[in-house]
Order: sequence, then C-alpha cells, then structure tokens
Amino acid sequence: MTTLTAPPSRVCNVTGFVIDRNGQRLALANVVAGVVLLAFGGSLAILIALQRQGLPISDDWWYRLVASHGATMLLFWLLLFEVGALYWGSTMLLNARMRLPRLAWANFAMMVVGILMAQWAMLTGRATVMFTAYPPLTAHWAYYLGVLLFAVGVLVACILFFTNVLTARRERTYEGSLPLVVYGLVAAAVIALYSLLTGAVAYGLLFLQSVGVIENVDPATYRLFFWGIGHGAQQVNLAAMVAVWYALVGFTLGGRPVNEGLSRFAFLLLIAFIHLGAVHHLLVDPGLGTSHRIMNTSYLLYLAVLASLIHAFSIPAAMEVAQRERGYTQRLFTWLKKAPWREPGFSSLVLSIVYFGFIAGVTGVLMGTMQLNMLIHNTLFVVGHFHATVVSGTTLAFMGISYYLLPLLSQRRLVGVRMARWQPYVFAGGLVILTAAMLVAGQLGVPRRVADLEYSGSPIGVTLFETGPTPAIMLIVSIGALMAVAGGIMYVAVMVLTLLKGEHTDRPDAGLGFAFGTPERERRAAAQEEAAVATAQATLTAEAPTEDRRPRRWAKFEAPGTYVLVLGFLAWFVVMYLVAHLNLARAWPVG
Amino acid sequence: MASDDPNDGAPTGKGPGPAHHGDDTELSTLLPPRRRWWTALGPDERRWLTIAFVWCLILFTGMYVWMGIGDQQTPIESYRIEPDDFAAEVEAFVDEHQIGEREGAAVVAPPPGSDVFLQANQFAFRPVLQLERDETYRLLVSSTDVQHGLSLQPVNLNFQVLPGYLYVIEITPDRTGEFPIICNEYCGLGHHVMTGLIVVDGEEA
Ligand SMILES: [Cu+2]
Repeated sequence: MTTLTAPPSRVCNVTGFVIDRNGQRLALANVVAGVVLLAFGGSLAILIALQRQGLPISDDWWYRLVASHGATMLLFWLLLFEVGALYWGSTMLLNARMRLPRLAWANFAMMVVGILMAQWAMLTGRATVMFTAYPPLTAHWAYYLGVLLFAVGVLVACILFFTNVLTARRERTYEGSLPLVVYGLVAAAVIALYSLLTGAVAYGLLFLQSVGVIENVDPATYRLFFWGIGHGAQQVNLAAMVAVWYALVGFTLGGRPVNEGLSRFAFLLLIAFIHLGAVHHLLVDPGLGTSHRIMNTSYLLYLAVLASLIHAFSIPAAMEVAQRERGYTQRLFTWLKKAPWREPGFSSLVLSIVYFGFIAGVTGVLMGTMQLNMLIHNTLFVVGHFHATVVSGTTLAFMGISYYLLPLLSQRRLVGVRMARWQPYVFAGGLVILTAAMLVAGQLGVPRRVADLEYSGSPIGVTLFETGPTPAIMLIVSIGALMAVAGGIMYVAVMVLTLLKGEHTDRPDAGLGFAFGTPERERRAAAQEEAAVATAQATLTAEAPTEDRRPRRWAKFEAPGTYVLVLGFLAWFVVMYLVAHLNLARAWPVG
Repeated sequence: MASDDPNDGAPTGKGPGPAHHGDDTELSTLLPPRRRWWTALGPDERRWLTIAFVWCLILFTGMYVWMGIGDQQTPIESYRIEPDDFAAEVEAFVDEHQIGEREGAAVVAPPPGSDVFLQANQFAFRPVLQLERDETYRLLVSSTDVQHGLSLQPVNLNFQVLPGYLYVIEITPDRTGEFPIICNEYCGLGHHVMTGLIVVDGEEA
C-alpha cells in the first residue's frame, strides 16, 4: 500500500466526479502548453497586422511570421488544447483513470520537441513554405520532421483517449452510454485518426524528399493528401468545438440534450461525411472531374452540413429548455434575455455559436460551392472565413471552457473574474471587425499571403489595391486584429494569474456561475424554498401565478424561441447564397 | 443570475453524485444518458430537420442547376505536361504572335478564338496578352517551377496553377481595359512582385 504518496484520485467537491491525478496533470499540461503557444501566435499576429500599417518589417521576415503564425495557431495551439480536452473527457467525465501516464508524458515531450524544431526552422528562414508547404517549394528537413513528430504525438494521444474510454467501460466507472460531451470527443478523435494519417503521408513524402530519399512529389497528389489533414484538422476542431459547446451548456445552465439520439446521430453524420469536404481546396485545381468535385464538395448531398444544422438547433434548444426549467417560461425570448450574460462561459458559448453559424458556416458552404469557389480561391476571403471558424468559433469556445477546466483541474480560484467577464466580448468584437473586413477585402480580390499589396517591386505594376476602398479596409483588418489580440491577452492573463496566484481551494467554483453538480443542487434547493414562500404569499394575496405566454400554436414545441432563431438563420443563409451567385454572374464568362 | 420571476417549473433536484439521475432535471450533457436514449423527435425538431435537409438538397442541386443556367463554370479540362515541354510551347507561341514589348515583357496578340498560352514562373506571368472583347479564348496555363495562383483582377477569377499540369481555362472578356493578373499562391520570397497583364481591346460597351 502506498500510504506516503497522495492517493491516485480525488472526488471533486464541485462536480462530484472522481478525478484521476494523472489525468488531471496531463490535461492541465497540454492545455497550458496550448495557451503558451496561443500567446506566442498572438504576438506574431500583432507584428503581421502592424506591417500592413507601415511597421518596417522585411518581406522575408513577414513571410516567416505568417508561416509561424499559421502553424502555431492552427496546429499547435488548437491540437494541444484538444489533446488536453481528450484526456479530461476520458478521465474526469467518466470517473476513470488515465492509462499509461508515462507514455502520455513521453508523448507530450515529443510533441514539444516537434514544435521547437518546426519553430526553429520557420523563424530562421529555413522553412518559409507556409503551413500548406506545397511542393516543389522545399524546406529544411527539421521542419517536416518537427510537424510529423507533433502529428504522431496527437495520434498517440487519440489512441490513449480510446484506451481510457475502453478501460472505463470495462471497469464500469460510468453507467450505460457515454455522456454526450465524451461522445462528441470520440467523434473528434475518430476524425483526427484518419486526418492525421493522410497528413503523415503528405508531410512524410516531403520529409523523404528533403533528405534525398525520393526525388519528386507530384504537386496534385500532395494537395489531395495534404488537404486530408489541412481540412481534416479543421473538422477535428469542429467536432471538438461542438463537444465543448455541449459541455458549456451543461456547466453554465445545467442543460441536458433535448434529444440525445438526434445529437448523437449528428456526430455520426460528421464522422461519415465531413472528410469529403477536403476537396473544397481543390475546386479550381487541374486534374479533377465534375462529378468528383460536386460529390465531394457537397459532402455527399451536404450530409455533414445537415449535421451542423442539427447542432445549430440542438444546442440553443438545450439552453432554452434549461432556462425554461429554471422558470423563464414567459415569452418567446425571455429565456435568452434572462440568461447569464456576465458568465464568461455562457457569453463565449453564445458568441461562438452565433459567429460560427452566421459567418463561418455560411461562408464555408459558399466557398465550397463548386462554381463560387472561383471568386474567392486564395483571396483574403478564405482567411476571413477561417478566422471566423477556428478563432471566433473554436478558440472562443475553448477559452470559454478554460474558465471552468482550469479551476476544476488545478483546484484554484479563478483570478480576475471581472476581466474574464469582459474577455469574450472584447475578443469576439475584435474578430467581428477583423473577419468582416477580410471577407470584404477578399471580394475585392485582395490576395492572401502577399507582403506588399502595392506591388512596388513588380515590372508590371498593379495599383489596384493602393486606391479605392482597399487601404481603409486593410486598416480595419489591422484594428480588428489588435482588438482580438487584446481579448487574447486578457484570456492569457486570467489563465496565468490563476495558475500562479490563484488561491488553493476545494470549492474552485467560487466566483463563477457553475450550474452543475453541488452548486446547482444548492441553487435548486434555494429556489425551491423561495418558490414555496412565494406560493404561500400568492395564496394570501390571491395573485395569479405568471403563466406561460408563448403563442398557443407553439405550445407543443420544446424550444419555440430556438425554432424562430434557426429560421432566421436559414433566411440569412438563403440571402447570402443568392447574393453570392449574383456576384458570380457579374464575372467574365468562363468555363 | 438571480430571478425575480416565480419559479413555476420548480426543479425537484436532489440525488447524490453526478452518476445518478432520476427525472429529466438530473440529466446533463456531461453525464451518461438514460439507458434508452433514442426518443421520438419533438415537433420543432422534426420540422427543423426536414427544412434543413431540404435546404441541403437545394444546395446540392444548385451546382447542377448553375451548370445549366450560368455563364461562369469551373474549368475541368486539364492535361499532364512536362514543364520543359510547356516552356517550349510558350516560346513558340510568343514567337508567332508577338506584337511588341511592355516593361521588358513580350506582348502577344493571338487570333480570336485561339489557344493562348500563359506561363507562370517565379516571379511573373508571361506573356502579356492582348485580347479582343467578346471573343472566346482557351487559356492554356501551367507553371515551369513551383505552384502559383492565377488571380485575374478586378474581375476576381482565381485558379490554381501546378507544374506538370496544363489547365485549360476558357474565357470571354466582356469588357475592355487593362486587367492585371496577380499571383495569389505563395510561391517564394518574391511572391509579392509576381504579376502579369491582360489587355482587352474593342469597342466600349
Ligand atoms: Cu507565384
């Protein structure tokens, strides 16, 4: 018996979950490493934005910064956070133990080494090939190897995740089926497996070429494999983000899935069809036939879009049902008005969903429409789109859940709750400005990844972007970027201060509006008591109780407010689809 | 958030740890569901699912419909070609149709309706093309070194250019003027000087 060391697990006073200490430490380490990289990538963003406004940075360095910013944010920050979330979901949420913790630590070390190798190559100018690394452009072998080590690390983490889940199942640490959040993480991990495998082929080929083992990598074949991960990784982000959305509904409102079956079905659709979307990136490439393009770009009849549309309903519906059960039953939107808008997890959740749906999702489907793709391929529109998906969508959702994960896992009080309350609004506000301006710029033809929009070094000059609205729009891009970075700094500050200065406590929910576990039971008991008093008073004064005043024809609806909201969203979608085709019709006839 | 509304749907929350649940209010997205979790869809869910699926089918057929009604279609025709062979074809094409020079680059006026070569390489598109308005040309595009992006401005039509692949892009300029081509696929440290030009002559509309 080990009496001298701390027990391998503890019971969380807030959630009631049994928390395995190995799982806790590993989840925390991966999340914190992710936050460090987020901070680094954010600093690069400042420089990239200021160069546009005249900060003297050489072209060479600007491209290095863009390359590193892309890899740091898209690969390292998001995937490290996701590995942390996988460890968290497969241990804490299942009351289960972390299997093979030593392997997990070695794996973590390997990922860190991979990151350092890739960053060294990028920042010393040995790998200015961008995240896409299209051959025949070549980089130093250390870049490819670094990214490969990192990717293999994520692959191993996914396998550890499945091992944890299977062990929990065998040891019966949870009853029946997996919680919906863990189910969503399973979807993310399955998508990660096949995405990372195709990515390993793509970068593996380039690595072999860089050390002279093979001579030539066919550029079109490479693109097919690369986008298996380039797009696939974004689908991992999507699935993980949806899982986090469900978790935030549970943490901030005490929500439950309105229909478990439907939400799970949507995750299945994602697993089955979303990888087809990788062809979005090849829509104006030579070498592919029409049916191939249409079948794949439509995710086979848009079945993966259907999955997103299901979640777009299910998650707000879960919020609405939870709020109505709390007594906000009156009008169509009283539940929304009375929602905890000051709770950082809730505001992050709502801003992330709204932004992901209205901007990211809609622009994504438009870009992925075969003929429309000609209008935006490689313009700043694409950059606007993916800042809407992975930054205001995924990153904001991850920030939101951090406000609960970090205190729960580190058993410390969140420091800077006031700053945390403002943070999602500042961050999302900056991103609204940034992405809207990028989308407009892309429509005007502004290309991505171009150091000098005045083309001052070209023999045949291009003055298109020096005059007209473009300079003003690029200024707005920079302002949005700086504001978003300010929101990012607030987030990093709260995280760092909590870890370094947060007071140790066994009730880390202090200061936060937790609506799950012990705090939720306490709240319900108090509400019941209050209700009892109110009923007694109402009997005395003969007041009629507040009734449900939603329109009669929606009486059978579980979430009438949500139904109206999603119809409004669909209307926006339809209008944008028509506008995009009007734009297409104005271009030269082409075919 | 404190509520000033009477809690009419007063939850009856009790029950011990998170792993147990009795009524609906003890369910959570974070906890295992009931044993039987496939339940019938509510009326709002059923309607939304139907509407959403119909919209997905419209999006899908939309691409085929546009193939029937639109003038702007994704080019499909493409061939494999060795970069050296392509460079030789471009050379021959320029020799045959060159009419002048502009900023050191050959200006070429191919006959209307003909095949027109356009070469992308680090860091220029060549030659400068002089086309007639409302005539259709088959642009034969490829790269002799790395990947590039052909971005025709301000028309804003964008295509990927790969070495080893010949992409046939049929265009019909429908307005006159000078139309710069910029490279919008990162192709090396001179990416931001990579430009080209199409001049469209003809009567003003
Ligand atoms: Cu280029």
